[in-house]
Amino acid sequence: MSFSAATTQPLRLNTTAGAAARSNDKVPSSLLMSKTPSFLGSTRKLRPGCVAAKPNAQRRSAVVSVSEAVKEKKASASTNLLITREEGLELYEDMVLGRAFEDMCAQMYYRGKMFGFVHLYNGQEAVSTGFIKLTKQEDTVVSTYRDHVHSLSKGVPAREVMSELFGKATGCCRGQGGSMHMFSKAHNLIGGFAFIGEGIPVATGAAFSSKYRREVLKQADCDHVTLAFFGDGTANNGQFFECLNMAALWKLPIVFVVENNLWAIGMSHLRATSDPEIWKKGPAFGMPGVHVDGMDVLKVREVAKEAIGRARRGEGPTLVECETYRFRGHSLADPDELRDPAEKAHYAARDPITALKKYIFEHNLASEQELKAIDKKIDEVLEDAVEFADESPLPPRSQLLENVFADPKGFGIGPDGRYRCEDPKFTQGTAKV
Amino acid sequence: MLGIIRQKLGAGSSSATMLGQLQRIRPAASALRSFSSSAKEQMTVRDALNSALDEEMSADPKVFLMGEEVGEYQGAYKITKGLLDKYGPERVLDTPITEAGFTGIGVGAAYYGLKPVVEFMTFNFSMQAIDHIINSAAKSNYMSAGQINVPIVFRGPNGAAAGVGAQHSQCYAAWFAAVPGLKVLAPYSSEDARGLLKAAIRDPDPVVFLENELLYGESFPVSAEVFDSSFCLPIGKAKIEREGKDITITAFSKMVGYALQAAEILAKEGINAEVINLRSIRPLDRATINTSVRKTNRLITVEEGFPQHGVGAEICASVVEESFGYLDAPVERVAGADVPMPYAANLERLAVPQIEDIVRAAKRACYRSVPLAASA
Ligand SMILES: Cc1ncc(C[n+]2csc(CCOP(=O)(O)OP(=O)(O)O)c2C)c(N)n1
Ligand SMILES: [Mg+2]
Repeated sequence: MSFSAATTQPLRLNTTAGAAARSNDKVPSSLLMSKTPSFLGSTRKLRPGCVAAKPNAQRRSAVVSVSEAVKEKKASASTNLLITREEGLELYEDMVLGRAFEDMCAQMYYRGKMFGFVHLYNGQEAVSTGFIKLTKQEDTVVSTYRDHVHSLSKGVPAREVMSELFGKATGCCRGQGGSMHMFSKAHNLIGGFAFIGEGIPVATGAAFSSKYRREVLKQADCDHVTLAFFGDGTANNGQFFECLNMAALWKLPIVFVVENNLWAIGMSHLRATSDPEIWKKGPAFGMPGVHVDGMDVLKVREVAKEAIGRARRGEGPTLVECETYRFRGHSLADPDELRDPAEKAHYAARDPITALKKYIFEHNLASEQELKAIDKKIDEVLEDAVEFADESPLPPRSQLLENVFADPKGFGIGPDGRYRCEDPKFTQGTAKV
Repeated sequence: MLGIIRQKLGAGSSSATMLGQLQRIRPAASALRSFSSSAKEQMTVRDALNSALDEEMSADPKVFLMGEEVGEYQGAYKITKGLLDKYGPERVLDTPITEAGFTGIGVGAAYYGLKPVVEFMTFNFSMQAIDHIINSAAKSNYMSAGQINVPIVFRGPNGAAAGVGAQHSQCYAAWFAAVPGLKVLAPYSSEDARGLLKAAIRDPDPVVFLENELLYGESFPVSAEVFDSSFCLPIGKAKIEREGKDITITAFSKMVGYALQAAEILAKEGINAEVINLRSIRPLDRATINTSVRKTNRLITVEEGFPQHGVGAEICASVVEESFGYLDAPVERVAGADVPMPYAANLERLAVPQIEDIVRAAKRACYRSVPLAASA
């Protein structure tokens, strides 16, 4: 396997290179090239004598090849375009939906319609869209507390997500889960994990089940892939390393997607980790590690295609580090006082939606009117979602005690294979247990 | 576990003997109550905790603080505000998000006599460090036959928060209190927070210190004595927050406030409730509880945690064992519903004890006029 950290651009396509060049116009080149500590993370001065190690000076930001396959394929491709018109419109719509949904959440939170910790995804849309729009319904997505947009990308209707946030009975978890705990079995979205790192083993288990179904249960067509999303801060947690090991050891069909937004609440990535290049942990455990510009949905998508393809072909896991940024505080309760305004401005200028729009126009994939029509459609979707959530009923009192077990009363399964509590004699107290 | 437990109390309080199961009942008269008589100033629980940390760090260079966001961010709930500036990054350590790792590191440092105060951003996250709390911290003194004691404090907000769903909203008091080798404290007021945290830091053993997010901003009157840097409360002693003769209500942390409000309502209806603020969940002040029950002959326990195997269950067992003959009514536990915390606000309200639940339970115990039903 070759994991050349070289600047070899595996996607020898005008678009990718062009996109990089374009962003170069706006961004000091030091941010894209590897000579200086290109990784922003914290512009705050490390305190003298601070125990935290100095960040590694070497930080390259070029995409690193996943495998040779992609190069060959791309080299022989007849078109320079990374996406078709339809794909472009789909990506655009999904990203706008994600962004507008989160903006709406902020409004609704301030109006007291949703409560608790609400973590918004603004700025990171290229990651969710770039990856999840390539999945099948059967593929699994495991998310964190920052899960609204992953849910939407996976196809959970905006109505159901909004209603869940309102704590209503029509939400995707009937109001029992809430902002940090989105689940939709139909869409193979299996959480919504609020603790750092805990989603990673669960995702690895989902990937394990795909392999088990194919190899042990002989379900030959089970080529389902799992995507595990988590942040830079989470990549310091032991569960991450434990699962990199097992996923590689057992060649599991999983992609570990690190959304490196450079901060974990108020902890700069550079203060939290001894080697800030997370992608390097892949090769250390025997799997490809890739770094990709997470503000560019097309680049993310190319890398995702390859990683998901590898997993689907049974070639094992991949670690992808997407360098991205959140445009809002950690949660709506975060005063967000530690991030440098210059850093925020730098990434704001690389808004992934703006970048995609530009690409679409430059390649005549769609007109401004067409994109405006999508914006309008999304506005309507959200208005409808809010109205739906607002008008939906609260969960009834009786719901409080439901769903603690799959088994309605928790007394297990009788010899007849049915729940003991369904045996009338059981409730009468005459059953032999 | 039937033996008598001898307990050395931390500096600042005299040593005393805690009795185990076969407890001799002592009168509940507590010197602590005299605090409530002197001139009062207001202090928030947040300031009480912050000042306790500050003073103990200043008094003992072996005390250091570690956890997520305790430094530059000034604490997720601002409990450690200003401490980084004052004591520097060598003593106020921002850790990566690795509870298992940094908790174990704290324990190892404590083996060598340092006095780590490990902050969990919330106690929910202590679940990722449970191995070190229970296996590395709580058992070392015993396993090493007293060669290695572990003077560490695990602290952070515990209990039901608001609107944060099942994983972020639960009470761990009963969990930790089930473990020999751990001391478990749960302050309610600013006086509690200050006095108990100082005691915890000075203590030679691992202490689990359960704060409550929803109390941080609350102000309580405190006496001049509490402001003194030598102020310290004994571990293992409950406080009678309100004297009464008709019924005993035990509570800890935020539920003490609820119990006091319930007592006000009950007083208007002629029921004079005695409210015990447990302060220490382990060791449990069985003496104070039993003395009170022998006086009032009735008992209600209140906690936010799950009912089964809860703190209330332990208190009931203690009273049944030691004061059975004094009980005039069945004991009732007011506890959280036996379900993970739901997100929806209306269900969430049903899942945690409300003041009305305490009032109703107390009336049932006093009048026996309302039919007994499951609490919550
Ligand atoms: C085990 C655990 N410890 C602490 C927390 C509190 N916490 C919530 S989010 C967060 C920061 C996570 O940062 P990162 O992994 O970079 O993800 P991001 O929020 O940036 O998406 C922390 C410390 C938690 N949820 N779980
Ligand atoms: Mg992050």
